[in-house]
Formats: sequence, C-alpha cells, structure tokens
Amino acid sequence: MDGITKILYDMSAIALSPATAAFAIAAIGLNVHFGYTGLLNMGQAGFMLIGAYGFAISVMNGLPFWLSVLVAIAASLVFALILGIPTLKLRGDYLAIVTISAAEIIRMVGRSSVLNALTGGSNGITGNSYRDPFNSLSPFPDGQTTILWFTYDNTGVNGWWIRIVGWSLVAIFATFVWLLMRSPWGRVLRGVREDEDAVRSLGKNVFSFKLQSLALGGFLGAMGGVLYILPASLQPDSMGRSMTFFIWTALLLGGAATIFGPVLGSILFFALRIAVQGLAGLFIPSSIMNSQQTEQFSWIMVGVALMLLVIFRPQGVLGNKKELSFNA
Amino acid sequence: MPDLSTNSRAQLAQVEAVPGSSKPDPILTVDNITRRFGGMTAVDVAHVEVQRGVITALIGPNGAGKTTFFNLITGFDKPSSAPKLFGGPSRALAAKWVFNGRNMGNVGASKVAQLGMVRTFQLTKALSKLSVLQNMLLGAKDQAGENFFVALIKPLWIAQEKANTDKALELLERFKLLEKKDDLAGSLSGGQKKLLEMARALMSDPVMIMLDEPMAGVNPALTQSLLGHIQALRDQGTTVLFVEHDMHMVRHISDWVIVMAEGQIVAEGPAETVMSNKAVIDAYLGAHHDTDLGDDSLLDEGVSQTPEKVTKDPKIDQETHS
Repeated sequence: MDGITKILYDMSAIALSPATAAFAIAAIGLNVHFGYTGLLNMGQAGFMLIGAYGFAISVMNGLPFWLSVLVAIAASLVFALILGIPTLKLRGDYLAIVTISAAEIIRMVGRSSVLNALTGGSNGITGNSYRDPFNSLSPFPDGQTTILWFTYDNTGVNGWWIRIVGWSLVAIFATFVWLLMRSPWGRVLRGVREDEDAVRSLGKNVFSFKLQSLALGGFLGAMGGVLYILPASLQPDSMGRSMTFFIWTALLLGGAATIFGPVLGSILFFALRIAVQGLAGLFIPSSIMNSQQTEQFSWIMVGVALMLLVIFRPQGVLGNKKELSFNA
Repeated sequence: MPDLSTNSRAQLAQVEAVPGSSKPDPILTVDNITRRFGGMTAVDVAHVEVQRGVITALIGPNGAGKTTFFNLITGFDKPSSAPKLFGGPSRALAAKWVFNGRNMGNVGASKVAQLGMVRTFQLTKALSKLSVLQNMLLGAKDQAGENFFVALIKPLWIAQEKANTDKALELLERFKLLEKKDDLAGSLSGGQKKLLEMARALMSDPVMIMLDEPMAGVNPALTQSLLGHIQALRDQGTTVLFVEHDMHMVRHISDWVIVMAEGQIVAEGPAETVMSNKAVIDAYLGAHHDTDLGDDSLLDEGVSQTPEKVTKDPKIDQETHS
C-alpha cells in the first residue's frame, strides 16, 4: 500500500474506533463541566477509571451485565458527590486541584499491590475477564463483514458490535446533553458559568446546580471509561493525567459549549495524531527520527497543539468565540 | 392595591423621625447586625425597620456601609454578630433580622431571593455572555424546567417558558431594551446593564426589591422614566429599598430616608426634613464644615480628640480577636 493511502486508511480507521467513541463520551461529560458550567475538572480520567473499575470488578464477581453498568454509574455518582460537596463552594481553581488529585488517588489505589486480588494491581485487568457478557449481547452472527474499506469481525474483541454500540452511545448522549442545554436547566448552568452571585441573587441554588452538573459529566465520564476498556484491557496507568489532558485537547479542539464539539474534537484529535505520526515516519529519514520517535513526536505535537489552541483559538473549530473565553 | 401603598405612606407620617424608630407595618426588622473586617467596623446597626409598601432610600457618604448592609440582609455576607453554636454573642445581642414574618438568620442568598427579597448589585452583574432575553428568563422563579428530569421533556416546560417570555418582553419594552433582546448582554452600555438587572429582578415579582445605586450611569432622560417605574412598583404593592447618591432622585421619589454613616444609622425621616438634620449634614460635610478653621478654640478641641481615637482602636481589635 502506498504511504499516503496507508495514512489515510489509518486515520479513517481510528476515527471510527471504539476508543475514539469512548473519548468522545468522556469529552461530552467534560463539556458539561467546563463548557456549560465552567467547572475546571482536571480529573475526567478519574471518572473514567472509576467507571471502568466498577464495571470490570462487578462482572468478574459474577454480577449480570446491566447490573455491572449500574454499579459503574453509581460509583461515578458517589465519586462526584464526594468531590463536589466539599469543593463546589470554593472558587473554580480549587476544584481543578482537587479533581486532579482525586483522579490520581483512584489510579494509585487501583494499582496498589494491596488490592491485587480485586484490581489486578499495576497489571490491571485483562479484557477477557469482563468482556464476554457484553459480546454475548451481540445480535450478529459470527464471521466478518466489510463495509467500505473496513473489515472487522462482527462481534469479536474489537469488531463491529462495539463500534456500533459505542457510536450509538455517542449519539444518545449528545442528544441527551442537547435536550438539557436548550432547557431552563441549561440556562441556569450557563449563568453559573459566568457569575455565581448573579444567579444566586435570582433565587437559584447554585451549589445544587453545580453538583448536578458534576454528577452528569462524571456519569458520562464513567460510561466513556466502560466503553474504553471493553475492546482493550483495564490498565490504570493508561488512564492517568495524560488521558485527562487528551480529553481536554479533544474538547478544546472541537469547541467547548457546543454539542458536536467534543465529538468532532475526539475524531480530529486521534486522526490528526495518526497523520502527524504517519507523515513524520514517511518524510523524516530514520537516521533523524526512527519509528518509535515519530510516535513520541506526535504526542509532543498534541501538547503543542493544546497550547496553540488555548492561545489562538480558544473556541475550537465549532465554538462561539463570544460565548467562550478563558477569563470568564 | 394602590390603597395599600397610600395607607402605608399615610402611616409613615405618624412615625417619629429618629434612628431606629418603629414603623406601623414593618416588612423588614433588623436588630444588632454588625460586620467587622479586621479592626474596621463596616456595619453596626442596632435596630432599623423598613415600612411595607413604600419607597425607602438608604443614603450615606462613601464607605458608610450601605452595600455591606445590603449584602448582610440578602445573605451574601454573614454578620460578625451572628449567633454561633459555641461562644458568639448572647441571644439578646445576636444579629436577628425578620423579613415578612420570617427569621432570616441562617437563610442563604438564593433562598432569600426565593422568599421575595430580590436585590441588584452596585457593580452590575448582567450575565454578559447570555442574550438579554436569556438574562430576563433566568430571573423568573419556580421554573419547572430547572429540574433536571423535567428539563429533558420540552412539553413539560414550554408553556411556562412562553408565559415567562411574554412577561420578559413586556418588561424589556417598559425598560426600553426590547430591540436589544437578542444581543448578548455584554454588548449593552453600563446604564443599559443597570436597567437589565432591574428588569431581571422584577421577573420574579419580588415582595421587596433592593436596588444598589440603580441610577448610577443611567442617562438623565431615562432616569425620569425609571423613577416612574419605581413609583409604579410601589403603587402595585412592592416594597422598595434603594441605595443612591443622587439626592434629587432621593428627594423626588422616596417616602422615607434612612441615613448611614460609619456603619451606623444616624438619622431617619421623610426626605424633606432629613436632609436638614444636623447628623446628616455632619456625616456628609464633617461636623465642622461651617466653622472657621482659624478659630483657635476649635484647633484645641481637635488636638484633644486625637488621643481619644487612638485608644479606641485597640479595643475594637481585641473584640474581633476574642
């Protein structure tokens, strides 16, 4: 296959991958926090991780699939309450500090050897131990299907079933958030984003609205986490701070405070990174940069892109510059 | 309804014009409210009552504690003299304020607004990234669509939303902001933001509206019609308490004037007479504004006063630390 064609193929494949859908859902959740309510949540990966642990451990202990999903949701809501009740009365910056530490606590506790029996310690949990109940829900017959230029197993570890479920969930959650944000409820959140005291003076319980927002975004994060581990394995170290920042990059790239921004942002984030990596591999001689280094290079570019975005285009691709600026 | 306000005003005529005088039908009664910032006592009000259904002005020189007083009453700040579980002031000396028959001691700012005491801010808090109409709609209270689950289903809240929108448009027209309704509030001028904030406060049909310098920055042509609005509000039965520096406005529309200086209420009375009250003139112009500073006897007095003040300050300091 010709080099450029291969890059384009890789880009389209990753755009469709379940990991991208999982990121999109987590970014939709972060968008509820930051885009609409102005909550600086720097620990979205923590919500994902807690959802993932809740789901995987429940399945491994013999709970039915749907009950395990409920456990994941309940875990994220409890986490949101524990985070929110002490911190939401404080100024926004403190929430950032607390959320990033809380996410790290979840990761450190999960990977500690004391909990080896439950969480698998730093090795995490392999996908086979929790994947089967999900795949057994698949209505598709065995075998492979080719649509356009993509050929995947119908069900399998990383096949069409998880892709269809993943992107359907993205559509459902985006609709869900759209329904909420056009309502008076969403209007209060946007008011809170700008000036809590003004909203308070109009008789709205700001704390309650912020807590609801934190819980909703956290729930979406947990769903993203469950989707993220289904085709892969649960590795606590792969769901740490860097993941939070990738979600932020995806959100800001697509445009915060928009419905499709986080979805478009996640797709662009993965596709563009693959493009950078592919093009660097293609055009930079291996004497300067070998294939391992091109991957590192592409991640460095992610960091640079995040900085450039915040400085030059804070509203992202789809956002409204008037509505979103960082000094709010 | 106009009867109520005429009545209330008639009742005021019987009230004695002294600080802390009791009113025949008080909507707000405040006792022992103190707020200290370090060693500085911003507010120290022993007793004040606000008559229902009239326009009361709160005036005083800069730094008199008017805005802090507003913040305390509306739950945006807590009095230093608030009753505490342990320690704190004795029951008789603790801060206590009653609004519309309800003790407001531990009521949060949002609850205060829900109970019908709605305020505006001296530095306007128009939500500049929402449209003017959205700002207005945010002011409406008891919205079903503000419940998370109800919000998901539009038919459940759309009727109320329509009614609120109609009401908002009517208010915007009254405040000459109708043609701006789809603009972001941030694009309004300072004076227009004041108007928007006031209109927004009216969306909730408050029992009592507290306006913090409503006329600052509003152009004179508009001031006249705003005064009319405020009087109309009173005639519909809303109690108005406002802070203002513009004495013409105070004289023109207020039925009662409360004067604050250095955190205390120094005078009260009808607008016509209170302006000539000695305490008020002293507060604004200084006690010696009329005397010749060349007068030697006066200078002596000034010298003898200075040490007295110095000894006073540490005492206040001790109180705050204890």
